[in-house]
Amino acid sequence: MPDLLIELLSEEIPARMQPKASEDLRRLVTDGLVEAGLTYAHASAFATPRRLALAVEGLADRSRPVREERKGPSVTAPEAAVQGFLRSTGLTLDRLEKRADKKGEAYFAVIEKPGREAPEIVAEVLERVIRDFPWPKSMRWGSGSLRWVRPLQGVLCLLTREDGAEVVPFEIDGLTATATTRGHRFHAPQGVSVTSFEDYERKLKAAHVVLNPEERRDRIRHDAATLAFAQGLEIVPDEGLLAEVAGLVEWPVTLLGRIEEEFLGLPPEVLRTSMKEHQKFFSVRNPSTGRIEGFVTVANIDTADRGATILQGNAKVLRARLSDARFFWENDLRVARSGMAEWKEGLRAVTFHNKLGSQAERIERIAALAREIAPFVGADPDLAAQAAEVAKLDLRSAMVGEFPELQGLMGRYYAQAAGLPPEVAAAAEEHYSPLGPTDEVPVAPVSVAVALADKIDTLTGFWAIDEKPTGSKDPFALRRAALGVIRLSLTNPSKKPITRVDRLWHLIFFHLEDEAAFHRLNQLVASLNESEQIILDLQNLGGVDFSKLIQGLSEDRRAMAMEFIELGQRLQTNIVESKKKAADLLAFLHDRLKVHLRDAGIRHDVIDACLAMPGNDDLVLLVRRAEALAAFLKTEDGGNLLQGFKRAANLLAQAEARDGVEYSFGADPKWSEYPEETALFAALDAAEQRIRPAMEREDFGEAMSALAALRAPIDAFFTVAQVNSDNGVIRRNRLNLLSRIRRLCLEVADLTKVEG
Amino acid sequence: MADRPRSFQEIILRLQSYWASKGCAILQPYDMEVGAGTFHPATTLRALGSRPWAAAYVQPSRRPTDGRYGENPNRLQHYYQYQVLIKPSPPDLQDLYLGSLDAIGIDTRLHDIRFVEDDWESPTLGAWGLGWEVWCDGMEVSQFTYFQQVGGHDCRPVSGELTYGLERLAMYVLGVGHVMEMPFNDPASPIPLTYGDVFRQTEEEYSRHNFDAADTERLLRHFEDAERECRRLLEAEEMDPRTGKRIVMAHPAYDQCIKASHLFNLLDARGVISVTERQAYIGRVRALAKLCADAFVRTEAGGFVPGATA
Repeated sequence: MPDLLIELLSEEIPARMQPKASEDLRRLVTDGLVEAGLTYAHASAFATPRRLALAVEGLADRSRPVREERKGPSVTAPEAAVQGFLRSTGLTLDRLEKRADKKGEAYFAVIEKPGREAPEIVAEVLERVIRDFPWPKSMRWGSGSLRWVRPLQGVLCLLTREDGAEVVPFEIDGLTATATTRGHRFHAPQGVSVTSFEDYERKLKAAHVVLNPEERRDRIRHDAATLAFAQGLEIVPDEGLLAEVAGLVEWPVTLLGRIEEEFLGLPPEVLRTSMKEHQKFFSVRNPSTGRIEGFVTVANIDTADRGATILQGNAKVLRARLSDARFFWENDLRVARSGMAEWKEGLRAVTFHNKLGSQAERIERIAALAREIAPFVGADPDLAAQAAEVAKLDLRSAMVGEFPELQGLMGRYYAQAAGLPPEVAAAAEEHYSPLGPTDEVPVAPVSVAVALADKIDTLTGFWAIDEKPTGSKDPFALRRAALGVIRLSLTNPSKKPITRVDRLWHLIFFHLEDEAAFHRLNQLVASLNESEQIILDLQNLGGVDFSKLIQGLSEDRRAMAMEFIELGQRLQTNIVESKKKAADLLAFLHDRLKVHLRDAGIRHDVIDACLAMPGNDDLVLLVRRAEALAAFLKTEDGGNLLQGFKRAANLLAQAEARDGVEYSFGADPKWSEYPEETALFAALDAAEQRIRPAMEREDFGEAMSALAALRAPIDAFFTVAQVNSDNGVIRRNRLNLLSRIRRLCLEVADLTKVEG
Repeated sequence: MADRPRSFQEIILRLQSYWASKGCAILQPYDMEVGAGTFHPATTLRALGSRPWAAAYVQPSRRPTDGRYGENPNRLQHYYQYQVLIKPSPPDLQDLYLGSLDAIGIDTRLHDIRFVEDDWESPTLGAWGLGWEVWCDGMEVSQFTYFQQVGGHDCRPVSGELTYGLERLAMYVLGVGHVMEMPFNDPASPIPLTYGDVFRQTEEEYSRHNFDAADTERLLRHFEDAERECRRLLEAEEMDPRTGKRIVMAHPAYDQCIKASHLFNLLDARGVISVTERQAYIGRVRALAKLCADAFVRTEAGGFVPGATA
């Protein structure tokens, strides 16, 4: 059983693509081999910046011969069908067999595929894998037509047996497979001949190439920690950066440098971001102060001066970068201390979206909304509005211009520098949160008010202009905004619903219309005289030919009347539109809420049962109801009550369909035949007495437990009583009794929506 | 390894003789205002079509928004790029490139040279390619690109393009902290000149011009003129009535495209282009670049064979 070694040597492969590429190579080659009938014992793949390598152990020598029988069309079938069968089998008519079949005689093809030798199959599979390799981005080079992530320079393809190694005969676009690769670009550029995977890995290491990315990572992690420790410092862990850096080097050499004293005053996040984004440096901090004082860079070469030149060069680049950062920081602080007016003004020129105005206009809207909802989340309205006004000013700062990922955080620093209240500074940082399903949700009231206002303004704005997410497209991250509203509302429950549907439609309406339209309308009303107003009122009553009515007016009065009517109609249309869009936005919020609750383990039908209830624009109430219902249905009483409810509802529905009436009123205990029936009346009276006030208090737990108390009486009633009694009076009375069960249950949740 | 150069101009001269020795035609800068060496027709247009090409040249480049009145140690509104374009890209282009570093005194056994993913795209030229930025000890010293598309046309064969930011590279090699202090000629010359002696004043003058003084109405008018002229030249009959020859005016039209691009950069520096308008302007320049590319492939240099169907 031979072992197979494949190496694809190329110019530098982007670090971020390496992990998936090596995995794709393993999967595609082994799948191809297996599909062609070659089994194997084990396969592992590796990537460095310049090579993808695959080692397959215990490969079969050859594929087994395959005999396949396929039934074709009947011998009496039309010619075309027979020809089609011949094409699909690759046989000629004289090679087909005729065999008796249940439905007469049919053609049979017997296809024998002889076993094939491993090298032939490997070459075939490798060619297909190279040509169809799923790089996220690939390119051509020179005069060729082959595509690879960067120019492909060599193919090593070797089958190793106990008695020696054999190069698999393979050629692709002028590249011929060999048993030779190259070592490190600078340390060992000459060819390296290998005989097996073990030999390959060992010789590569001697040629300054560490094949296994895990090993490179471990080396960097270990060396960096050691270097830092020796100076009494520690590395700020960053696994993402570690993986990237390990993909940039074949021979990691870790070097530690110090940040110059004059830059240590920069905020640690700025130091870290600048070093990571621009230089791919790890941050090194002083464990006693938490201050970032050094950096670790990973070179790809051992030098005679033990990295002194490299470290010096890197320090110089860092100095230039940090000088920039300090320049930004100092300039920004100056603007911040003078009140940030410059940034505020600057945001007037920045378009948020061409249909939703500038950033400055957006901020004004958010501030107004933050002021409005502040009382519901326990925030001071003035502070909330002030926070909203400054929260996004850092977008104009030089630092955020350079490092967009520092938005918010810089806002906090600058708000502090401006001497603003701590709540305002905190809101500048926190109002973007939450950004996903698991990150932290702000709880400081002012932050909550601004965060909610920001997200609700975004949602209503994009709903107003019909830019809703579709399928996988959500360019304005509206799903994230909706989830943010949900998580903020649930973490910080408010007495009044934040997403009240009338608030939503008002907001949507004012994205479409501004105050000026109303102002104009009032102006028009004021300048119309009494008789004109009567005419217009008549018009509004409908059925009157308006054009005739205003004919008698002078030209300019007529124009004014026309404008009044048109403006009124436009506003009316937009009101209707806004209400429609608000309902749609609420449905979107409900969808996101379902996803959120499903992740929290609440079934979708339980949520539907609660969504169907009035007041569903109150997300907090909705969730409390859903949680209570879910808990209730998990109890034995709950499950059984659901069955009792369903039975009652079904019987009623059937009877109502048959009789063409709705049974809803007039059940009287005096028609009871059984004590169980009388007991049910009493139980319903008692339950009603508990449920109604409980619902008014929104105490769903209490309402559900009152429902649970109905379970036994309902079960007992169904055991003794026949609803469809022969006695019409008794039957009607029982149906009306069932309708009390239905009504009472539906006051708590729409149990018809619950499955089971 | 070569010894260390002593001045900015020596680095340029060494690059020139290195690439000449590797068979490139050493061209002169294009005589127009451009934002980068790529705009030179020896790159943009010659990357198109099937005919082989190998050229290297210095290109003065202008980025009006980068002006800092000569005060910033690294930023200039006028600077130099060194540009190499070889079509088809040779299989040893990386080694050739590393050889050029050696020629200017960068010892690749002492420094850390890295090829870091950087896909290049020029929205104004409708061009893109894959490649790297080359790092030397953590500093970007060159851009290395395999052109895939220019002016909306697939590049077949593919050109390999190298761009060196000369000031930054030279500052590193010469160990200078501020660009204006960099020796332009040999410091031991009878009249030693620094980069600042040559350019400090012009940086100041152009910074003022670019940010505050350039007449935006004129710039806008000229932008529109250039756009119109470019289209007009390309709409002209291919048959020249004077000579009776087929003459497609791809290069004169492309000059107008370059002009429009630079005027746009100036308008941008003057701060009169809003975020939304920006995209529209870039789209207008790209449309011109695309028309010029379409025209160039209908010329002989663009691989057009008379008599064959285009």
